[in-house]
Amino acid sequence: MLAHSIFFYFFSIIAIFSSLMVITSRNTVNSVFFLILDFISVGCLFIMVGAEFLGMIILIVYVGAVAVLFLFVVMMLNVAEQKQSWFIGKKSTHIPIGLIVSVLILLELLVVVGGWKYKDDLMSSNTLYISDISNTHQLGLVMYTDYILYFQLSGVILLLSMIGAILLTFRQRKGVKKQSYFNQISRNPSSSIELREVKSNEGVKIDD
Amino acid sequence: MFEYLQVLGEEVYKILFMLVPILVSVAMVVWLDRRVWGLVQKRKGPNVVGPFGLLQTLADALKYIFKEIIIPASANKAVFILAPIVTMTLALVAWAVIPMSEDFVLSDINVGILYLFAVSSLGVYGIIMGGWASNSKYPFLGAIRSAAQMVSYEVSIGIIIINVLLCVGSLNLKDIVLAQRELWYVIPLFPMFVIFFISALAETNRPPFDLAEAEAELVAGYQTEYSGMMYAMFWLGEYANILLMCAMGAILFLGGWLPIIDIYPFNLVPAPIWMILKILFLFFLFALVKAIVPRYRYDQLMRLGWKILLPFSLIYLVLTASFLFYFDKLPKGNF
Repeated sequence: MLAHSIFFYFFSIIAIFSSLMVITSRNTVNSVFFLILDFISVGCLFIMVGAEFLGMIILIVYVGAVAVLFLFVVMMLNVAEQKQSWFIGKKSTHIPIGLIVSVLILLELLVVVGGWKYKDDLMSSNTLYISDISNTHQLGLVMYTDYILYFQLSGVILLLSMIGAILLTFRQRKGVKKQSYFNQISRNPSSSIELREVKSNEGVKIDD
Repeated sequence: MFEYLQVLGEEVYKILFMLVPILVSVAMVVWLDRRVWGLVQKRKGPNVVGPFGLLQTLADALKYIFKEIIIPASANKAVFILAPIVTMTLALVAWAVIPMSEDFVLSDINVGILYLFAVSSLGVYGIIMGGWASNSKYPFLGAIRSAAQMVSYEVSIGIIIINVLLCVGSLNLKDIVLAQRELWYVIPLFPMFVIFFISALAETNRPPFDLAEAEAELVAGYQTEYSGMMYAMFWLGEYANILLMCAMGAILFLGGWLPIIDIYPFNLVPAPIWMILKILFLFFLFALVKAIVPRYRYDQLMRLGWKILLPFSLIYLVLTASFLFYFDKLPKGNF
């Protein structure tokens, strides 16, 4: 049990430290790296409480895909070494929005913590507490039976947001040369080579 | 306290028993790769140092150790040093769950295949960190390219894994191997095996998908600014990753440590030997592909990943699921 608590404090201290570094470090790319460290340590905490499936999914989805895209955007936008003028003098337009979001998150956290106290009254489903089957099986049993509607609904919402994001960034550019694979494969010598007699001082027209 | 130390010692012994052979075999495998490459091109390949040139990689490593490590003045020092370490660590850490036989595995966890997938998807960080921290154009371009490439091909690897998991009904690597006792999955899921092989090539930045280090365009891609031992660590990490992908292919499709047929002369051969033979077979294919296929252009690579491999594996997933459901062959879990 001692080793368990040592590991717990180890990972949680790393998680808290790295999340502090995310908001305080000057270099934006470094903050993304700390965010990744944060994800990893939270994933380890999940594994420690026995939610191995969730922990691995956090590693795969957040660290393996989402954070890579974050890193991509931050590197491409070249916002590294940005001057942080948030706390120094200048009025920033970000602060009100940030405040609203953080107050909302605080309220949600309070609701969750409050709910945890009364969880026995809230959770009537007893399928969650069969301990002799693995965690992945448990999730599957609940997700595809009791909560199938919510599960599918969240999938549809994700699909919609994906289509929306593509639509927002999609623009048709003119004059872009594209390779048409069908045309390329289906061409043969008779349709692409032509022999012509070239008269002196006159030349030939190509591509007409 | 003494008991705790004893347990710790045993664990360390087990880990070393797994890791040291892997490091040695990485060196041997580099030799094999160059040798196959040479033979395909009617050259001899490395054949001077040691018997058959087997010690060539050790000689190379020795050379790298004595070279100076140069850190560019404008580089981000911490990240620059961290990048090869991350690559090497991630390549080795994944071997913890690879079962070499029924009882020869470091940690037999329930979500083994997810762990493998997670660790192999983290491999992109070594490349992206190295490319960014070098603070130079070619490494950065190489890093961006290969990050996009690895993220795209991971998606189809994920779907291929789901295909196999549907037939097994468990995320445990041991269960996956034992489920193939009657029939290796390479037979019913042969198209998936081919796609897995192609995606593994792209995931490990091997030719024909080695756009991260396309010499003609990007000098050496993300490792341009690296020298000495740091370069060697990138290089060894890459080969350890390739071996890992081969092991994953052997477990998912070629029946892991199981013999070809379970009859007299074959089942005398110890299980780990079968596993190693299968890994080497897949690696031989990797080496052949490197020698005989020209490099893809970048847009062709992306098109192959997103427009061909991904839809095909999705459709095959639906087919597998419907087949299993219709013929009532869905695995019954232990609940």
